[in-house]
Amino acid sequence: MIRKLGITVVLFSASTVIFADAISDMFTQYKAQGVTSIDAKAGQAMWSKEFKNQKTGKMRSCTNCHGNDLTQAGKHVKTGKEIKPMAPSAYNKRLTDVKKIKKWFKRNCKWTVGRECSAQEQADILSYLQKL
Amino acid sequence: MKSLTKIITATGIAGILLTTAIVIADDDRYEKNERHEKGYLGKFFSKKLDVAPVKNALYKEECGSCHFAYQPGLLPARSWTKMMGDLENHFDENAELDKDVQTKLTQYLVKNAADHANYKRSRRIMNSLSKTDSPLRITETPYFIRKHNEIPKRMVKDNPKLGSFSKCAACHTYAEKGSYDDDAVNIPGIGRWDDD
Ligand code: HEC
Ligand code: HEC
Ligand code: HEC
Repeated sequence: MIRKLGITVVLFSASTVIFADAISDMFTQYKAQGVTSIDAKAGQAMWSKEFKNQKTGKMRSCTNCHGNDLTQAGKHVKTGKEIKPMAPSAYNKRLTDVKKIKKWFKRNCKWTVGRECSAQEQADILSYLQKL
Repeated sequence: MKSLTKIITATGIAGILLTTAIVIADDDRYEKNERHEKGYLGKFFSKKLDVAPVKNALYKEECGSCHFAYQPGLLPARSWTKMMGDLENHFDENAELDKDVQTKLTQYLVKNAADHANYKRSRRIMNSLSKTDSPLRITETPYFIRKHNEIPKRMVKDNPKLGSFSKCAACHTYAEKGSYDDDAVNIPGIGRWDDD
């Protein structure tokens, strides 16, 4: 019993450490790329901003797939597949893997904004999401 | 009696040791699942299942994040190779991957593709294609079209709860397990499909 509890405690603290690490890892990388201050408000504005797509002429935004209430599940705009909530408080696996965060920033910024997001923009968005 | 128990125990232990040895020898855990599936169990299941179910965790994660993780056995190897070569323009979506992940997934897809799989639907899909056809959509293969042509538009494209045929698992309740039995179809907002 005590041993089981011990293992649970160890696993739990390990996952908390990993969680804190992925985001602070990202911030360390952004700083190395010249980001000096981080602004969650600017991140929120970027998140809900609409960008006109060159090919289709239609407006696109991060909320297209992730929704407006980030504590709720989103829905992929094209395939309809459910996307787990973006708020780490609502889904504990959120933003816990550096590779995954980078992969999706690249894809989703290209699709939504039409280019990759800058280190500054990513840092701002991440600090906004982190607090949810 | 006692010696029989001993023999059984000994055989059991030997079996466990052998299995462990095989597991240890195989350092690629994704590959291991596939081999297991295609071996003795595969032969048994292929009678019941339409296509081999996806057991590869990497594939489920990477190709199941935007939509249902389509089984490799639903398209020929040449289709998968073509698709994997242009993930940046994947049906107007950006699905690009790191090179190493892309290579691993291509290998998995090719190895388990319809032309390399001994499952009923995989064979029928292959038979419906000419030697050079390499469709990127399962929903555009002649076999798929033939199997679904009795379903009216109002239940699919014009159905606000569905929208397209690409969502296999929305109608086929056991799609994830590799079963597409027409007796287990439940169309969103419409209900169970009755053939007769
Ligand atoms: C076309 C649909 C779509 C749009 C638009 C979209 N995303 Fe995503 N996003 C996804 C999907 C699908 C995932 C994977 C979710 C999962 O694995 O649970 C994801 C994941 C992410 C992740 C990784 C989350 C994690 O846990 O590591 C980040 C960061 C992200 N999106 C940011 C953005 C930003 C910023 C925008 C707007 C510039 C955006 N997304 C727009 C579909 C979209
Ligand atoms: C960024 C999101 C995204 C990712 C990641 C993704 N796809 Fe797709 N995929 C799509 C979209 C969007 C469609 C078009 C769906 C539609 O028309 O309803 C699609 C369609 C498909 C189709 C055609 C389905 C049909 O209509 O028959 C196949 C096959 C497919 N994807 C395979 C894959 C494979 C294999 C991977 C992993 C390497 C993958 N997808 C990863 C977004 C994605
Ligand atoms: C609108 C709901 C719907 C969607 C979405 C759908 N199917 Fe089907 N499918 C059906 C129905 C209904 C049948 C049986 C048709 C009949 O009996 O005439 C069927 C039949 C089949 C069969 C033949 C099964 C048999 O017992 O003969 C296969 C294989 C199949 N579907 C695969 C797929 C795949 C793969 C996808 C996704 C790419 C898909 N289906 C998407 C409704 C759907």
